[in-house]
Amino acid sequence: MKKFASKLLMAVMAVSLLAVPALAENIKVGAILAVTGGASFLGGPEARSLEMVVEEINAKGGINGSKIELIIKDSAASPEKAISFAKQLIEEDKVLAIIGPSTSGETMKIKNICEEAETPLLSCAAAEVIVNPVASYVFKTPQKDSFAVKKIFMEMKKMGISKIAVLAGNTGFGKAGKQQLTDIAPEFGIEIVEAEVYDKKSNDLSAVVAKIKANKDVQAVVNWSIVPAQAIVAKNMRQAGWEVPLFQSHGFGNIKYVEAAGAAAEGIIFPAGRLLIADTLPADNPQKALLMEYKKNYEAKFNESASTFGGHAYDAITILAAAIAEVGNDRHKVRAAIENLKNFPGTGGVFSFSAEDHNGLDIDAFQMMTVKDGKFVAYTGK
Amino acid sequence: MTTELFIQYLMAGITYGSIYAIVAIGFNIIYNTTGIINFAQGEFVMFGGMIAISLLHFMPMPLAIALAVIITMVIGALIEICFIRWLKSPSVLRMIIITIGISILSREVAVHIWGESIRSLPYFVGNEISSIPVFGARISPQVLWVVAASALMVIFLGIFFRTTSIGREMRACASNRKAATLCGINTQNMVTLSFILSAGMGALAGCVMSPITYSQYDMGTGLAIKGFTVAILGGLGSSGGAVTAGILLGVIEAFSVSVVPLAFQDAISIAILLIILFVRPQGLFGSKEAAGLSEF
Repeated sequence: MKKFASKLLMAVMAVSLLAVPALAENIKVGAILAVTGGASFLGGPEARSLEMVVEEINAKGGINGSKIELIIKDSAASPEKAISFAKQLIEEDKVLAIIGPSTSGETMKIKNICEEAETPLLSCAAAEVIVNPVASYVFKTPQKDSFAVKKIFMEMKKMGISKIAVLAGNTGFGKAGKQQLTDIAPEFGIEIVEAEVYDKKSNDLSAVVAKIKANKDVQAVVNWSIVPAQAIVAKNMRQAGWEVPLFQSHGFGNIKYVEAAGAAAEGIIFPAGRLLIADTLPADNPQKALLMEYKKNYEAKFNESASTFGGHAYDAITILAAAIAEVGNDRHKVRAAIENLKNFPGTGGVFSFSAEDHNGLDIDAFQMMTVKDGKFVAYTGK
Repeated sequence: MTTELFIQYLMAGITYGSIYAIVAIGFNIIYNTTGIINFAQGEFVMFGGMIAISLLHFMPMPLAIALAVIITMVIGALIEICFIRWLKSPSVLRMIIITIGISILSREVAVHIWGESIRSLPYFVGNEISSIPVFGARISPQVLWVVAASALMVIFLGIFFRTTSIGREMRACASNRKAATLCGINTQNMVTLSFILSAGMGALAGCVMSPITYSQYDMGTGLAIKGFTVAILGGLGSSGGAVTAGILLGVIEAFSVSVVPLAFQDAISIAILLIILFVRPQGLFGSKEAAGLSEF
């Protein structure tokens, strides 16, 4: 009798094992994010945002009854690791889509891998080259560099600045930004009189600040990097008693840099998504409700300030979820559905994708901001 | 080049240089008693800064720094007791690989405790934008703290090794471990002491430099490479050599900015390391005979 009982139990278990996947087929979504390493301030909030959104979706019963299974791989911002993780996710885990990587350098390395495997890639990295030229399976959620550059130059024109110095980190983001600055400057009649690239691990830039300060023509400095050097440049400039305006890229959208730079952060001007000033937006702004909700949930759950970077991952997963809800668990159909998504509000702006535009955001996704009393506020001119 | 620019470069160089020198001296203390390079030296610097930042919530800064230094010294002692002490006549290679392992382990522990974000101690005097004019150039007051702390540590070590009996015993250990044992010196305790001492120095360095360079869980590796370069350049085991070599490397790096792009800064220090290893492996200030006698 005992034997029979145990056999029965085993049979029941075997059946239930077989039956569970048949009831609800999980949707596998991969993510390659720099959770540790030099770009961890991107990957950390991104990974946490993804986990939060996926938890919410699954708590509500998943998408059309299927739960999302999120597989996060930590690339530590290493392109080599990103490549092997991309292959692993595509070939072994057979994921529906990949979110990430966090940095532009990594994204460019796996762009072709995803394209060839016909697996949608929703990058959380900023560089324009990711979607220009367009690869049919590759999308990105952060605003384009070139819009950030144009927004900065428009502000400079207003301030009557025509000769600038450019500093950039030697990362994919820094290099791409420097290129954009150099290419677009003539359009606005702005001349770059000094340009320096520094190592992403630099921890003191007083020597290079002294060098560009010696050029009396410089009316403003633009720093383009995603690394802690953003705070260091600000400190070293102010310590040197140099009072020209300092512009930063949209990579400055993390309150931790403001805290790190302390008093030196005051007056830095930079373009960023509206998440940072969500509470001061007018009530009729299409993004307001969503921004406030994301911010509230994120800050309550993780006990740290929400940054625009986590928002990029939030946008990627909500866009993907919207596409899956529409067409189901099929990567070709999901790709087409993302491409047809219009007027979709996200943290980075209102997305309207098309076959030519795999970013879906326009220049208005950016807002010029500055730092006042240790907080981000909208920049309204001098 | 104007005088102002010259002074500015020089001061930047001295700032980097003092930091490198402290790390290099940490290498030297342990090298002197054990004959190994402790590649976890950079992690001591990281622990010092990070622990002080955490303690700052509970107590005033001088106390937080003092306690952070003591805690890091305890960590140094534990590392030696857990990983090095029980080894019976270990080979140099084995010990070096152990220290690399400890360095990776420490980084992982740090990322779990403090997360991946950058932190910093507040400036000891003034804030992020205050500066002192020096011959037309401007430097942060924190730079003076870094330089002063390095100078004090070198002087303290000089006195400690020359005049106290424990210091002399440690030196005896360095020159000949067997002979030191025969004289009744407990060499194992001396090794533990060297880890404690170099952990403490690293921690103090981590605290004074934190406002300038920030503290992050993975800051140790870069520092260890620079510190190692300086230790080799100055001749392994020589504190005075480390200070001179540190300042020299810092100044070379700072001035290199005026001729080559900044991104080459690290390439320059690594190139110097390679040249020294090829041409003068005993370092600029080391003696060839002494280098010939050591195991590594």
